[in-house]
Amino acid sequence: MNFDVAAAEAVANPVVLWALASLFLILVVATIIVNYLHSRGGSGEFDEVVQRLRTWWIIVLLLSSAILLSSGASLVFFALISFLGLKEFLTLAPTRRADRDVLFYLYLAIPVQYLWAALEWYGMFIIFVPVYLFLFVPLRMVLSGNTKNFLKAAGILHWGVMTTVFSISHLGFLLMLPAGRNPHGDGPAMVLFLIILTQLNDVAQYLWGKALGSRRVVPNVSPNKTWEGLVGGVVTTTLLATVLSHWMTPLLLWQGAIAGLGIGLFGFVGDVCVSAVKRDLGIKDTSQMLPGHGGILDRVDSLTYTAPLFFHFVYYTCY
Amino acid sequence: MLAKICRFFWFNLFIRPLVFLYLGVNIRRRNLLPRQGPAILVANHNSHLDTMLLMISCPSSLFPVLRPVAAADYFLATKVRAWFSTNVLNIVPIWRNKEDRGENSDPLAPIDQALDEGSAVIFFPEGSRGEPEQMTDFKRGIAILASRHPDVPIVPIFLQGAGRALPKGEGMVVPFLLDMFVGEHLYWGGDEKEFMERLRRRFETLSREGYRPQWE
Repeated sequence: MNFDVAAAEAVANPVVLWALASLFLILVVATIIVNYLHSRGGSGEFDEVVQRLRTWWIIVLLLSSAILLSSGASLVFFALISFLGLKEFLTLAPTRRADRDVLFYLYLAIPVQYLWAALEWYGMFIIFVPVYLFLFVPLRMVLSGNTKNFLKAAGILHWGVMTTVFSISHLGFLLMLPAGRNPHGDGPAMVLFLIILTQLNDVAQYLWGKALGSRRVVPNVSPNKTWEGLVGGVVTTTLLATVLSHWMTPLLLWQGAIAGLGIGLFGFVGDVCVSAVKRDLGIKDTSQMLPGHGGILDRVDSLTYTAPLFFHFVYYTCY
Repeated sequence: MLAKICRFFWFNLFIRPLVFLYLGVNIRRRNLLPRQGPAILVANHNSHLDTMLLMISCPSSLFPVLRPVAAADYFLATKVRAWFSTNVLNIVPIWRNKEDRGENSDPLAPIDQALDEGSAVIFFPEGSRGEPEQMTDFKRGIAILASRHPDVPIVPIFLQGAGRALPKGEGMVVPFLLDMFVGEHLYWGGDEKEFMERLRRRFETLSREGYRPQWE
């Protein structure tokens, strides 16, 4: 593990630079369009979109700085996302006073989990949360001796740490993967591939839904999600993934198509799962940390599904 | 000089990162926080973090004159704590027990003096931190203060989350997002009962703004 070498490679990788440049180009174009609509719309119709776009600028600036700086900086960035996500989750979910210690250990698990990624210790990375932490949580809860709502509390803690820490940390291990048969499709390129497609998929499903949507997919969970939006988004994402995977990943063309299909479908699932949690708790946004978006969990909801699934697809097919 | 340095380090290098990065705060209607004294900031109280959160969230122009009202029997109990409370936190100490302050003296007199000097004071009308994340009835001290200072704005601030992050009797701060909802200013209206009812209703409205999960 040598962060300096990794950094030099990341900067030297033209595919990463192209991807980041394209991302900024998309933001510039979007900003021009939204500002134009905003100035014409008048009555605050696009206020939220303007705010959301401003937040996107900050996210993209932070992400690209981290990616260009070094793999260490990127891992810290992803660990921070896990930390903020877990904090949001544990603030919203019912927890017990007796479990304050356990909560603290869950936060402590974040740097440890990302350390396994930094060390590229795959065996430990893949079992640390689902085996060791899974077994440790009830053990520590039993020691406090409070059995009231024990099962519910344990379930909440496990779900929280699996989604916000284990799932998201797959971005970290993906980042550390070496280039396979495609010399430019290395870790940083694949991370960008996954993040860009997951987020564009959200946007595409939203836009297709706005344009054509009428039939609802899950009316009880997320009334704004329509079949038209889902299918339009998945098709868009699959096509885009097929093309981009040729440059940004070691996947073959047909594998890239499957990856795109998976990102489209399971991005949707991650999104509605977080929606279901919010509906269960009776809230609209997970926090107000990201103006125009809501909370961190509102933004990374799709990634909690696509990150581990895409990682294991690539890991199985190419490594 | 030493006190000033300690005060700077305590708030800027310890409390700010702790509250804004480690915990995280969602402040609603920050613009209603006063920019200058005198003012009475009234908040519900569950944790030592409450005072810290209020001190660093107010406009920087208010910080030099912002003073938390604190129980002398606790905050001045030991020499070290007394030095810290006086020089770093700049508290307005009040004596809760008659025996400590003498039979006829007024427990709120130090607050009157601070307000007359132009300070903004932080006042917890519940009197103590109590059980975490539970609000108890306000004591009438705030009404007496309001009646003596009818021109001083009373700023109601509802806090939640700090009782989970650092409840009474615990030493370890566990990350939780904090909520801080600032309400419209109140003034003394001439009647104690009416004032207390108005204040209570203001807090009830503020507390309903935020979602609060169960905590047992």
